[in-house]
Amino acid sequence: MQRYLIRRLLSLLGTLLGVTILIFLLVHLIPGDPVQYLLGEHPTDEAIAALNAQLGLDRPWYVQYASFVGKLLQGDLGTSYITGYTVWQEIVERFPITFQLALYSVILATVIGIVVGVISAVKQNTWVDRLVVFFSLIGISAPGFWIALFLIWIFAYKLPIFPISGYDGFFSLILPSITLAMGEAGLIARMTRSSMLDVIKQDYMRTAQAKGAPHLWMILRHGLQNAVIPVITLIGLEFGALLAGAIVTETVFSLQGLGSLAIESIGKRDLPTIQGLVFFVAFLFAITNLIVDLLYSWFDPRIKYE
Amino acid sequence: MSGNLSQLEVGHETHPPLRAAESPVTPSPSYWSQVAKRLFRNKTAMAGALILLIFTIGCVCAPIIAPYPIDQMNFKDRMMGPGAKHLLGTDDFGRDIFSRLLYGGRISLLTGLITVTVASAIGVTLGVIAGYYRRLEIYIMQVMDILLALPALLLAIAIIAVLGPGLTNAMIAIVIAVIPSYVRIVRASVLSIREKEYIEAVRALGIKDRVILAKHILPNILSPIIVLMTVQFGGSILAAAALSFLGLGAQPPIPEWGAMVYVGKAFLGQAWWMSIFPGLAIMLVVLGFNLLGDGLRDALDPK
Repeated sequence: MQRYLIRRLLSLLGTLLGVTILIFLLVHLIPGDPVQYLLGEHPTDEAIAALNAQLGLDRPWYVQYASFVGKLLQGDLGTSYITGYTVWQEIVERFPITFQLALYSVILATVIGIVVGVISAVKQNTWVDRLVVFFSLIGISAPGFWIALFLIWIFAYKLPIFPISGYDGFFSLILPSITLAMGEAGLIARMTRSSMLDVIKQDYMRTAQAKGAPHLWMILRHGLQNAVIPVITLIGLEFGALLAGAIVTETVFSLQGLGSLAIESIGKRDLPTIQGLVFFVAFLFAITNLIVDLLYSWFDPRIKYE
Repeated sequence: MSGNLSQLEVGHETHPPLRAAESPVTPSPSYWSQVAKRLFRNKTAMAGALILLIFTIGCVCAPIIAPYPIDQMNFKDRMMGPGAKHLLGTDDFGRDIFSRLLYGGRISLLTGLITVTVASAIGVTLGVIAGYYRRLEIYIMQVMDILLALPALLLAIAIIAVLGPGLTNAMIAIVIAVIPSYVRIVRASVLSIREKEYIEAVRALGIKDRVILAKHILPNILSPIIVLMTVQFGGSILAAAALSFLGLGAQPPIPEWGAMVYVGKAFLGQAWWMSIFPGLAIMLVVLGFNLLGDGLRDALDPK
């Protein structure tokens, strides 16, 4: 286990180093001079040179890259050209909304997805099953921005219950959370169903049935407990992806989260924020994936990492 | 347990499974005819195919079917609700939404077709190379791991930030973002058959690698590629629509479905049909591909 962990961490470091190269490359290929953008129209040559020097953009690219990675190693994600805040401060300010959004939608999707998936598997090939399969596919196929607009149309325009956009506490996160949960619930229900169907065919399920275990107990204790492992992986990965920013949903509901920060900073050519944010997201994504992998062996002691 | 019983029945009904990745020889024509038979018997897959057929015919025949030209403005009829004169209503310039949807569908379907073709061509090539040539595997997979380290949409947005907004650039971004999924699946499939005796046999005969890959390996890993391509077709349409919705893909007044939803968003209170119908079209097409993909998966790999 320890050796596995060390190996995984080393490969994670390699990937993150690769990500820094990718980000650095992308950001420096972005057309448009950020200095020109900052100084507005008709800046003097001296002003341009001064700002270039101040931001360190007059240095050769490899020095800039080394400085970027060097600062990252000290936990410094850079400083925004536009706001003057550190990227870390920007992230800390925006993260709570994204985190709440990811959490609520994953909880909602998990509850719906697992319950519906189990019912669907137990009632395989009945109309209940077909309905579940159909609606989970609808959830996966519908564009998130469309679900969002649909919900806004019904619950903000037709029945003015929820705010149309902006953040004003838990209440304003309900519609965005439902939006995100629809697709996730579809995925989780499908995975739960197919995993449960595999488990139901096992000998120990027949044994449990033969010895007269109550039906519900059998499904939950012997069935779901064994079927849930791949589902947990999926939930973990989806949570990681949502933490990385629900870009579209945040944009539709005008929520100030990480996703909208990404869109805004690209629009403003705020290179340090783009660099720092994308790295932070990749880091978060990688860490959640690692944790999910490790949880695997905790849920299923048969899995041993060597 | 009814579940078990029906499983058994299905097992009786179908012929002994010939799994593509494990079959000892290049799949024979009878293998594919069996797949086709299973697919045609699958009601949900056929429902998906029907949805796609209707949309394809509608979009191809747009010039014949569409009641109005896509850019014909009529301010007297602006934001008119769905009805006899305008089946799905009109937009803020009085343009007929149904006509625009038909023409916009050409863009969305073409976007899916182009991105899937290009991404699968590159992804399959890289995947086969990574699976067959040990020396190159580590380099290719390292690059794929780096691309996979970022959520696909964020990666696509970052690429568009470099290339600039627009439909072509959005397609390039989507292609780059989905290539890793092809590479991973193809590599794993190649790995699983590379050491099989029949491959060793043709290698011992001194046949060139190029021929082995094209004639003996690729035909045996087609199943997962076909399923992935089908699902990715819908996925690419969805991604392109999302990028257009964010203002990074097709730009209004192009009647791309995502762009139409974006324009309609501002008028949601007064004219819901402006955004709800284009979104519905996206959902139906993606649903069609997902239904067909599910059916193909069952038909190609019956258990």
